[in-house]
Amino acid sequence: MTTAGGSNKTGEVTQLDRVTIRFAGDSGDGMQLTGTQFTKTAALFGNDVSTLPDFPAEIRAPAGSLPGVSGFQISFSSDDIHTPGDRPDVLVAMNPAALKVNLGDLVPGGGIIVNTDAFNEINLKKAGYAADPLHDGSLKGYNLFEIPMSTLVVGACEGLGLSSKQVELTKNFFALGVMFWLYERSMEGTERWIAEKFAGKEGIAEANRRALRAGYAFGETTEIFHTHYRVPPAHLPPGTYRNITGNEATALGFVVASKLAERDLFLASYPITPASDILHQLSSYKHLGVKTVQSEDEIAAIGAAVGAAYGGALGMTTTSGPGMALKAEMLGLAVMVELPLVVVDVQRAGPSTGMPTKTEQGDLLMSMFGRNSDSPIPVIAPATPAECFDMAIEAWRIALKHMTPVVYLSDAFLATGAEPWLIPQIADIPSIAVKNAPAAGPDAPKFRPYARDPETLARPWAVPGTPGLEHRIGGLEKLDELGTVSYDPDNHHRMMLLRAEKVARIARDIPKTEVYGDERGDLLILGWGSTYGSIRSAVERLRTRGKRVAHAHLRYVNPLPEDLGEILSRYERVLMPELNLGQLRMLVRSKYLVDAVGFNLVRGKPFQIGEIEAKAESLLGESVEGSK
Amino acid sequence: MTQSELPVLTKKDFESDQDVRWCPGCGDYSILAQTQKTMPDFGVAKEKIVFISGIGCSGRLPYYMNTFGFHTIHGRAATIATGLKAARPDLMVWVITGDGDALSIGGNHLIHAMRRNVDLKMIMFNNRIYGLTKGQASPTSPIGKKTKSTPLGTIETPIIPINLVAAAEASFIARSVDTHSEHLQEMMHRAGEHKGSAFLEVLQNCNIFNDGAWRDFTDKSVKEDRMLVLKHGEPMIFGKERDKGIRLNGMRPEVVSIAPGGVSVADLLVHDETTEDPTMTHILSRMWWPDFPVPVGVFRRVPRPTHDQLLVEQIDGAIAARAAKGPIDLQRVVASGETWTVK
Ligand SMILES: Cc1ncc(C[n+]2csc(CCOP(=O)(O)OP(=O)(O)O)c2C)c(N)n1
Ligand code: SF4
Ligand SMILES: [Mg+2]
Repeated sequence: MTTAGGSNKTGEVTQLDRVTIRFAGDSGDGMQLTGTQFTKTAALFGNDVSTLPDFPAEIRAPAGSLPGVSGFQISFSSDDIHTPGDRPDVLVAMNPAALKVNLGDLVPGGGIIVNTDAFNEINLKKAGYAADPLHDGSLKGYNLFEIPMSTLVVGACEGLGLSSKQVELTKNFFALGVMFWLYERSMEGTERWIAEKFAGKEGIAEANRRALRAGYAFGETTEIFHTHYRVPPAHLPPGTYRNITGNEATALGFVVASKLAERDLFLASYPITPASDILHQLSSYKHLGVKTVQSEDEIAAIGAAVGAAYGGALGMTTTSGPGMALKAEMLGLAVMVELPLVVVDVQRAGPSTGMPTKTEQGDLLMSMFGRNSDSPIPVIAPATPAECFDMAIEAWRIALKHMTPVVYLSDAFLATGAEPWLIPQIADIPSIAVKNAPAAGPDAPKFRPYARDPETLARPWAVPGTPGLEHRIGGLEKLDELGTVSYDPDNHHRMMLLRAEKVARIARDIPKTEVYGDERGDLLILGWGSTYGSIRSAVERLRTRGKRVAHAHLRYVNPLPEDLGEILSRYERVLMPELNLGQLRMLVRSKYLVDAVGFNLVRGKPFQIGEIEAKAESLLGESVEGSK
Repeated sequence: MTQSELPVLTKKDFESDQDVRWCPGCGDYSILAQTQKTMPDFGVAKEKIVFISGIGCSGRLPYYMNTFGFHTIHGRAATIATGLKAARPDLMVWVITGDGDALSIGGNHLIHAMRRNVDLKMIMFNNRIYGLTKGQASPTSPIGKKTKSTPLGTIETPIIPINLVAAAEASFIARSVDTHSEHLQEMMHRAGEHKGSAFLEVLQNCNIFNDGAWRDFTDKSVKEDRMLVLKHGEPMIFGKERDKGIRLNGMRPEVVSIAPGGVSVADLLVHDETTEDPTMTHILSRMWWPDFPVPVGVFRRVPRPTHDQLLVEQIDGAIAARAAKGPIDLQRVVASGETWTVK
């Protein structure tokens, strides 16, 4: 087992500062659950954690097959960590297919814990193994631990009167028990969870509890593990924490935004992976007054959101790439009628249906430009799962203050990945409330729905039901200020510029760009969205080796921050890693005329730290060569 | 302002200051006039009324109404109305659409607005043609119709709008004719009074691209013999002499002559708007001249809770149930799940 820092053997306990484990099995084996339980336990213990679930798009691909393998990777540490780890130190493989799919990622010399009972002829064949890898010497370079989990749970569950199928289903808890022992973790949290989850099904609860304890006891009593491991708590800032995924944080952020804006939250959405969980969560908040509609398609969803916004509510919609494509025309209408609206695109690997459960940053240019004509829309992007909460509020703050639709770009990695979150005090978050246009008496001058705030250029929010404000809006070009239909050429030109300027001015209203690392130097790594963790870790490592490197990360992609040009000018070179073929780079190069170098991988997976590090090293090497 | 304090409004109050820009002679003028005339009926303040339209000649109507108005995009007016009504149950929402807007590009939304029973009143201007885009076939153009896009005649079976919305569970379905102003006003009035999704098909003449599409039976000189005015609780009688009727033979309607010693009024079908089963609506919707008189009037009117009402009930119920367990604290929602404290 490798460690990120030094290891220090104390008798039979080895202290490590970071461990990465991958649980892998058939999609019916409960690997997501096992991983989540381990994550919670590590977080409750005080480690910093970061997770990466990796599941197939098919709900149940054929059992034992390679496409049916589901995995969950967790990295936990006594340090502040930013990613779920490049490669696992330990692989828990519940069947041959899980071993085959994941072995390549394991660090050399890493630990493999297998359920030997699943390594039968049929499963080996399904996984495409000609010979049993447990016995053909092919795992020689690893630390193999063979445990007949299915057999052992049968013993543990004896006398409960459960079917053999029900008993077999508890083997993931056995594996979890083994891991708890191996990493000195308490079973308490998981036992509590079992009691709650299987309340009323005592037999099942007891079986799972016994399987968990049997796994733990197995670790303790057998001799197959020579040591177990200790990862001490991390030094996180004081406060109360919970573990949170990006989708959860996004949903919570919107609920809090609704409170801060003093307006009802209305979500219309059409189910799509990996965005659906936001719809699910907000649909469960009826008691908080959240209105949700499952629309007939993505066009209807954004239409309903526009309708709700027109009525004065926080109208929003959530989707992923294919749904985002369908929303283009309605987004154009929102630009024209200048109503506040938030559209969440949880990006996934494309084009078309692509790889629905895998991550990518491919929808940036579509969000920026994917409409007819010049129709500017601000685009923001959270960088970590927990940050989704703040950015969800930010999306609404900008939409309301500047009377504009806002695109919020999350992605599959942020959506399903989790990390500890220092729970904020809601009462301390500033209000984002704006006022409706006031009623007008019969003698008031004619209402001007497109009169603008001199500072932001926002137009008034004139909601139906307000006496004296009866007026008509729509997708036809508006006469400046009066808002009636106009085909006047100069007016159209002026309105095009006004709409562009309105969005451009948002740059005055966003925080300064943070730069981590050297204030000037050889290399700036510039990223946006979910690549934050990998880039930051890479820059940390490069800097410990004395490299003059810095990291800047954009949460505001359109408009770009006012200070970005100056920041770019302070570095010899700029590297831009993106999980697309260079979309932000195209924008940055054209705006700042800087020769930014791309690093683009589109494999449906987040960047590994080492990959960015290596790319940066090679660029730095070139620079040194060049300066000689 | 409460309803009782409302000043009495007139047609003039509902006319906006915009010049009306349809082709001279277009049926849309009459529909607009009847709409403006009907609005005072409801005792609803102007600012509480919203007209939402899609794209097409029909889509321009909101500009001419001195209420709130939203001219949206092609086919999607119903979606915007759905969101608006969900967010603002206090508003009276009208949707203005065309045969292409509602049945072609917006067909999916039409179906779902109806089945949800969104409390909106939809007026569909059916001119059997795409007017705004200058004369292509629409989903209601009859088979064989020659248009700019179908120079040899359409080869597609038309949609019968009433048949479609009945299948989509519309709770109010009616039909009228642009030039039959009194009947049209009555239908608008009844649509406006209905709680839930009301669908009103107006047979409208596009005198530029499809002149006379309905003339064969809507013309004043022939309409009594070629149209059947449906009236709730009354036998289905038509004809200048009121001597013809509709009788049901098995599942098939048939035209019969009422004559002493022959078919009597008692043998005729009696119209019932309120039957839950939509079968009769389907049967009536398929009656077409020259085989049958073309029915107009309210085909169907059944009470059903509206979408916004059910949405609000669920929310109120959830709030009450939750409040019974103690005050709702957003801070606790945010901090839900397992938490731990770092000192
Ligand atoms: C997305 C989109 N596609 C096409 C058009 C062009 N278009 C405008 S109106 C229309 C057809 C309108 O027909 P109908 O709904 O029957 O209305 P009418 O003009 O006859 O009243 C079309 C195809 C458009 N505006 N938007
Ligand atoms: S094109 Fe036809 S429907 Fe459109 S305004 Fe002219 S006459 Fe009316
Ligand atoms: Mg038409």
